[in-house]
Amino acid sequence: MGFARFGKISYVSETKLQDFEKSLEAGKIMGTKCKKCGRLYFPPRVDCGCMKGEIEWVELGGDCRLKTFTTLHFAPASFRYEAPYTLGVAQFEEGPTVLAPLSKEIREDEIKIGMSLRLVPVELMGGRMIYELRLPESR
Amino acid sequence: MRNVAVIGVGQSKFARRPDASIREIAFEAFKEAVEDAQITREEIQASLVCSATHYDKQRTPAGIIAEYLGLNPQPTFNVEAVCASSGVGVRIGWSFINSGLHDIVAVVGFQKMTELSSAEVQEVMGRSGDVMWESPFGTTMPAYFALYAQSHMQKHGTTQEQMAKVAVKNHFYATKNPKAMFQEEITIEDVLKSRIIASPLKRYDCCANSDGAACLILASEDVAAKIADKPVWVAGLGLASSPMTLTGRDTSYDSFDCTVEAAKQAYRMAGVGPDDVDLAEVHDCFTITEILNYEDLGFCERGQGGKLVEEEQTYLGGKIPVNIDGGLLAKGHPVGATGASQIRTLVKQLRGEAGATQVEEAKVGLAHNLGGIGMYCAVTILKT
Ligand SMILES: CC(C)(COP(=O)(O)OP(=O)(O)OC[C@H]1O[C@@H](n2cnc3c(N)ncnc32)[C@H](O)[C@@H]1OP(=O)(O)O)[C@@H](O)C(=O)NCCC(=O)NCCS
Ligand SMILES: [Zn+2]
Repeated sequence: MGFARFGKISYVSETKLQDFEKSLEAGKIMGTKCKKCGRLYFPPRVDCGCMKGEIEWVELGGDCRLKTFTTLHFAPASFRYEAPYTLGVAQFEEGPTVLAPLSKEIREDEIKIGMSLRLVPVELMGGRMIYELRLPESR
Repeated sequence: MRNVAVIGVGQSKFARRPDASIREIAFEAFKEAVEDAQITREEIQASLVCSATHYDKQRTPAGIIAEYLGLNPQPTFNVEAVCASSGVGVRIGWSFINSGLHDIVAVVGFQKMTELSSAEVQEVMGRSGDVMWESPFGTTMPAYFALYAQSHMQKHGTTQEQMAKVAVKNHFYATKNPKAMFQEEITIEDVLKSRIIASPLKRYDCCANSDGAACLILASEDVAAKIADKPVWVAGLGLASSPMTLTGRDTSYDSFDCTVEAAKQAYRMAGVGPDDVDLAEVHDCFTITEILNYEDLGFCERGQGGKLVEEEQTYLGGKIPVNIDGGLLAKGHPVGATGASQIRTLVKQLRGEAGATQVEEAKVGLAHNLGGIGMYCAVTILKT
């Protein structure tokens, strides 16, 4: 439980953001929003930078545009069986950004800065939860 | 203001060093610096031991290194700002002296990386990204800088050939620096044909993992006036930070804000601008980083960095020679040693002792030392 199942491997298990993992399981990408100043956070955080706020969970639509990307052919030791894989930074329609893997279903020559993508929750074998960037038409 | 001078510099050979442990590598650099400064070790009043400590089995390495160098009972501690550790060490040393607390301080930067495999090193380094939201997807240092490269190419038309030219230049100058790791010239073709690490970066777009140490002896104005033939003055210091996460940053991904800020501070303090700099040592951990640095430091307009190197304006004899000791790409990047090594190169240049790569009449030198994914930046300006 908690946060230990988030990511392909996980370094942090204890956080106030435990509900994030549960939402992913329910197929939702959740950010947080400050009730005081209205600032929207993704990745979510429980403490608003305005220092006066109270945070609530809000669901993000998932639609985003690719800002930049790279395909890794050389991976850290624990990712050696994954390579090659592509990581990208995408900006949600709502404003915040996310760093996430691109689905292996997207061909490398299709990937272009500015393309529309959708961030989708994915359950991996062994019960790990991640999200990945897919073409908008594939859900 | 009490002025601070660099009165001694030393560096070990940068290479894979299966022949030596961290204390022994540090000793090589330290001995050279003490001899260069013409002081005795007893005159050193404090030591700052700079490294990214997570590569070492030795916890808190300042302990064993200060002992091995013979620097007890003087104060010593570790300074850690990943790749910018010794650039930050210089700032702390400066404050020790400027404040009147100490008169002579040793800054010792070191790193031994190659006891780990490259994949293990990247596992460690991947954790210099946010371990909650980024490292769990398999990030690496080359990948982070590749994200900037891709964006810079898209926005400004920077080409892989222009990036390759940075590697060609730095490998060329490394052949003139006996302390550099790589001693052979390479061609643009070699770079373009080398294997992809994180697209668009290929192996020769990356610095290699390396072992080595560099040491600086800093001294107050009074001491320097008494003992140094050619003191080189620390004229400007800048230190700044940027958010660690890419999602916390400005989304243009074509510039490092911490460089822009640190440079502004250092230029102001030194009373100079980019056009006054006679040569620079910049943090070329990857070819794209050197191009971004040209722009962030004001050596050219935003987007023109690729062109600057393509036209050989950063070669010796160009508008502003950059990394003519081989840079991180070819001299090697034992991360904790890099900032001090950059300053060693500048000091030799400003003293007129740089041999084959001497910049004529060099009076102002700039060192730019970046930590992590463009997260910490130390800029140091030296003057004769
Ligand atoms: C690029 C990289 C992944 C290559 O690693 P690798 O494939 O394991 O390479 P190896 O260690 O097996 O070395 C193989 C050969 O290539 C050479 N080599 C390795 N990396 C090199 C590089 N970046 N540039 C030039 N030569 C390199 C080695 O010296 C070795 O030569 P040899 O066979 O003559 O001894 C590795 O150098 C790397 O991780 N670099 C980035 C380091 C980094 O991120 N630093 C922090 C930056 S902020
Ligand atoms: Zn708020």
